[in-house]
This record gives sequence, C-alpha cells and structure tokens, in this order.
Amino acid sequence: MDLSQADSTRLRRRYRAEKRFKAYCIAALAMSVLFLVVFFADMISQGYPAFVQAEVRAEVTFSEQTMEIPPLSVPEAFRPLVSRGELRLLPEYARNNPTVMGTTETRWLLAKADIDQYLKGKDVNLPEDVRRTVDRLYEQGQLELNFNTYFFANGDSKLPELSGIFAALMGSVAVLALTLAFSFPIGVMTAIYLEEFARDNRFTQAIEVNINNLAAVPSILFGLLGLAVFINFFGVPRSSVLAGGLTLGLMTLPIIIISTRAALRAVPDPIRLGAFAMGCSRWQVVRDHVLPVSLPGILTGTIIGLAQAMGETAPLLIIGMIAYIPEAPSGIADAATVLPAQIYTWAGMPDRAYVERTAAGILLLLAVLISMNAIAVYLRKRFERRW
Amino acid sequence: MRVWQRTVIGLTVALTAIGIAQAREQIRVVGSSTVYPFSSYVAEEFGATTDFTTPIVESTGSGGGLKLFCNGVGSDTPDVTNASRPIKKSEFQRCQDNGVGDIIEVMFGYDGIVIAQNEKNEPLSLTREQLTLAVAAQVPQDGELVENPYVRWSQIDASLPDKEILIYGPPTSSGTRDAFEELVMEAVSEDLGYGGEYSNIRQDGAFVPSGENDNLIVQKLGQNRHAVGIFGYSFLEENKSLLSAASVGGVEPNPSTISSGEYPVSRSLFFYVKKAHLGEVSGLAEYVDLFLAEKMVGNYGYLKDLGLIPLPKERREAVRAKWADREGMTKDDLVH
Repeated sequence: MDLSQADSTRLRRRYRAEKRFKAYCIAALAMSVLFLVVFFADMISQGYPAFVQAEVRAEVTFSEQTMEIPPLSVPEAFRPLVSRGELRLLPEYARNNPTVMGTTETRWLLAKADIDQYLKGKDVNLPEDVRRTVDRLYEQGQLELNFNTYFFANGDSKLPELSGIFAALMGSVAVLALTLAFSFPIGVMTAIYLEEFARDNRFTQAIEVNINNLAAVPSILFGLLGLAVFINFFGVPRSSVLAGGLTLGLMTLPIIIISTRAALRAVPDPIRLGAFAMGCSRWQVVRDHVLPVSLPGILTGTIIGLAQAMGETAPLLIIGMIAYIPEAPSGIADAATVLPAQIYTWAGMPDRAYVERTAAGILLLLAVLISMNAIAVYLRKRFERRW
Repeated sequence: MRVWQRTVIGLTVALTAIGIAQAREQIRVVGSSTVYPFSSYVAEEFGATTDFTTPIVESTGSGGGLKLFCNGVGSDTPDVTNASRPIKKSEFQRCQDNGVGDIIEVMFGYDGIVIAQNEKNEPLSLTREQLTLAVAAQVPQDGELVENPYVRWSQIDASLPDKEILIYGPPTSSGTRDAFEELVMEAVSEDLGYGGEYSNIRQDGAFVPSGENDNLIVQKLGQNRHAVGIFGYSFLEENKSLLSAASVGGVEPNPSTISSGEYPVSRSLFFYVKKAHLGEVSGLAEYVDLFLAEKMVGNYGYLKDLGLIPLPKERREAVRAKWADREGMTKDDLVH
C-alpha cells in the first residue's frame, strides 16, 4: 500500500516534469516565431512602399535653350517635382532624336524622392508652395504612385528615386554561377575520393579534420585569402565577378564536401557490394549506383552552401565588391556588386528615402533565399529514398 | 599528376591573362567614407551625361584609400583616392617609394564634424576642453596624468547636464576620427596641461566606436536620449528633425560658420589624382573637370544638397587653376 502510493507520487512528479519541459520547449518555439514575425512585419511594413514610386505627368519641351539648361524643359511649377535623373537625360535624347527639337511632348516623369516620400506620408521638409502644388496635382491625377519599375530595372544611384536593385541582382547571379562552377565539381570530386577511394589513414584523417575546420572559419578570412591569392598574386581585377566567385567558391567548398560525404555515406553498402559482385569497377560503382541515389543529398547541401554564399558580405568587403557599381556586369572581369552589398550600401546612405529601399532590398534577398531553400527541401522530398 | 600540373598551369595562365588583358576603360576611385557620397554622385552624373563608363567608387576610409593608391601605378591600382584629411608625409613617401610619381592634390570643399544629440534634449553647449576631458583616456590632475575619472558630464563642469557620458563616435580607421583628434584634442591638450599633444581616446565604454556607418550613430541617438554622437555635418543636415548639434566654443555648426573656419571642428576634403594615369585611363581628366565644375562644388552646386560646404569663390578658382596646370605636390607641402 505504502509502496504503491510512493510509486504514484513519483509517477505524478515525472509527468509534471515532462509537462514542464514540454512547456519550456513550446515557449522557446513561440519566442523564435515571435522574433521572426516581428522581423518580417518590420521589413514588410518598411519595404512595401518602395514597390510604388511617384511619377508626374508633365509637358516636356525641347529647344536650343533646354539643351543648355535641362530644367527649363518642364513648366516652372513642375521643376521642384521632377527628378534630376530624368532631366539630365533629355539633352541626349534630343541629340539622338533631332526631330523632337522645337516640339512638346506629354510624358510621365519620375518625381523627386522628397515628393515620393511626402505622398507616402513620411515626414519631409518641403516648402509650403511645393506641398500645395503636389496636393493639387495629386488630386488632378497628374501625379501618381505607380508600380516601381525603376527599382527592378536600375542599378544603384545617388538619387534615391532612381536607384534600383537590378545590377546587384545580376551581380549576385553571375557571382553565384561562378561559385557553383568552381566549387561544385571540385567539392563533389574531393568528397567522392575521400569517401569511396581513399584509405582511412592518418593523412586522410588530417584532411577531414581540416575540411571540417574550414567550414567553421569566419568568412572574412576567406576574403583576406581571396585578396592575397586571387587579386594580389594572380592579378584578378579587384571588385570583379571572378574575384567574388572564386572567393565565395572557396568558402562554399568545405560545405559541399561535407554534405556530399554525408550523402555518399548514407548510401547503404549492399548497393556497392552488389555492383562489385557483378564485376563493376570502382568508378562504375560510383557513377552508376552511388552517385544517382545520393544526388538529392548532394544538391541539397550545394544549394544550402550557395544560399549562405549569397548572403555573404564580409569577404566581399575585402575584395572591393562593396562599392558604387551601378551597372550590371557583362563579363567575368567586370566589376559587380551583389544583393547584400547593395543593402549594406543603402543602409549607410544619409538620405531618408533609402530606408524603404534598404528594406525592399532585404525582402528581395529573403525571397531569393527562401526559394533556394524551398528548392532544396523539394529535391530532398522528391528524390528521398529510404532503406 | 601531369593532368593536375597542366590544370594548375592553365588556370594560372588564364587568370594572369585576364589581369593583363584588362584594358581599363573605367575609372577607379577609393578612399574616405565622408567623401564617398560626393564622389559617387559625381561618378553617376559623369556616367549618365558623358559617353564614358561610370567610375567605380569604393569607400575604404581615407587611410585605406591612400594605402591602395600608393601601391604603385598601373591598371590594378586606383586612379583617384578621396581623403577627409591631407595625405601624410609617411604616406607620400610610400607613394614615392612605390613609383607612383606625381600626385595632384585637389581640395574641393569643407566638412564640419558635429557633436549631436537627440533633438528633444536641452541645447548643449560645449568647449573643446570639455569635450577632450570627456573622451580622453587620461586627464591631467595635479600635474600628472590619471585614468579619466569622469562618468557624468556635470563632473567636468557644473554647467553641463547631470547625465552619464556616452559618446558614439567614429572608429580608428576613419578620417573623421583623425580630424576629431587633431582639431579637438590635440588643439587644446597643451592648455589643459597634458604637456604636449595628446589624442588617446578612452576605452572604458564611455566612448563607443561605431563603425564607418554614420547612420548607425544617428539611429542610436534617436533611441537613446542620453547619448551624444560625433559624425560629419551632412548626416546632421539629413536628420535635422531628429537631431540637434551642440555648439562648440559658442559657435553653432552651419555652412557659413564651417566655411569661414569660425566653427572650430571643421576640415577640408580632398582627392588625389595619379598624374601617370591621366593619359592612360579614359575620362579621368574629364571626371575631375566635372567634379570641379560650378554645378557640382559651387555655391548652388548639387553637392551642396548632399551636405558639402563649398569653398569660397576665389579658392574654387585657385583650385581649378592648380588642377589645370596639373601641378604635382612635393613633400614640402605637407605638415604631418
């Protein structure tokens, strides 16, 4: 009787402990979800206004005089409204299309960042008369917030209204393509050698320890390595796609090697032995039996490594990719900037109008990363095999 | 083994070939983060309104820029470096040792360093002496240097607010930091009894180095009403609704007090051009011409909207004349 009572008390205590532990875990989960929600809500609320941009409809006159002084192309009331980025291009447009000289066209022109911010309800210093003009034109439909094509079609600019993410996006794509081309074959081949061919001895163990170690090395060191080896020794142009791709490739290499080895190790030995029993050579075993079944794992690891490289800024700072580079690269020796670098540059700009661009850039980067990770998950689920 | 050797050699050759074959059509600018907004603005205008490619402008800090600049001549070194302080003798010597040859110095405007705080606070009025005592690692007391004992502003002077000293300022790589040390600390250290120039900044947490990103300091000041920040005038101009500047020695920082030199913590902004690159890199001379044009650095120029404080008219003309002569600098021009 006594004994069973003691038992049931202990049992209750154990149940309580379990419930408590479960509650802690749920609290931890709730906490991280809360952080995530706050972060996303903040970024989205800051970033979504950047997807529309103020444009103003104005009459543009082309004459000898406006060739000299571009602001005269638009009526006086519009001059404080129209972005300089539009006005400075007008003389060249007229030079290339001489027929427009002496004529007047009605066009939608990009408005200044101040006007744009004012329309979005931000606190800006605008003179009273400009405020009145803006309100009047907005009511008349001469001034509109339209979908921001500039943001997706332009490179960086010192005029906030003109700046866009395109050049950085193209830069990221080019750099990642090189990173992949450099690190995927080398990484996969290294892993295959270590896993399938090499004997387990001191030497291969030392290599394994070093590779694991490299995966944990802070990324800034890869930047320093890239500067010393690729730029200073091999003379790869500073800030170029090639320098970035090789440096990030070095960084991604250990991740690919480790994940590939894990994927190869997950292939059960009977598959290898069966193939050997049929008289296959080691290469045939790897090519026809081991690689195909481990490919989802290899690709997943590679995509995760690339996603990490995509968000990397520190090593790129060292090799000069965080700079004012407004044009998308057209070759591997061209200078380029990448998405996180662009975000970093905008975050440092004094102009308040860059705040929403920074947040919008972050949203775009997150969207790219989420889709990359989603592809990784899809590949794993789609081709997963259980033994 | 032979395949490996061939691959390595092939890769080396390919990489070297890319380096050599890179005919430079694009101007490369490095240097000061304070000058970066001005320089990249000119670069953009240059790219948009001429047939030349837009120059690449990299923000490396004044010291970092001069280091890259002085690595030598040739297409893998920058053509222009921006600086928020004059080149130092040691840097000039390094340039000469590396065969850079003639360097053309161009001074194009002023920048003020402001001591700012949250706009909701009572106006703050400081002297350079008080500032030095607040940020120095050691202070003179009874003829000897002791660890800085000041924790609250009111301990330095009863007229200052009874608040904890918390200063967000630039890191050591920054030209703003160099200028602050020179214009504030070194300028008054003799009078305070340091017995010579003193410019060590305290590291006990009262002064927080905040990276090259001045926006971060602005944000911190927005959140923390007790904090004081040190940064360039252009950031104050952009955030006037959020921040107010302390007067230094009774003078408020504004464009006229900064350009006249009345506001004591102001400095000149420069860029340096490699003369040897002038014929080699297309558009380099035109870029500098555009930079010095009245529509950029003039009294109503675009750079003024970004917070640049223009040189007086005669100085602007003198600078243009000096540039037109392509006059290289000599070591005797340098003080430090």
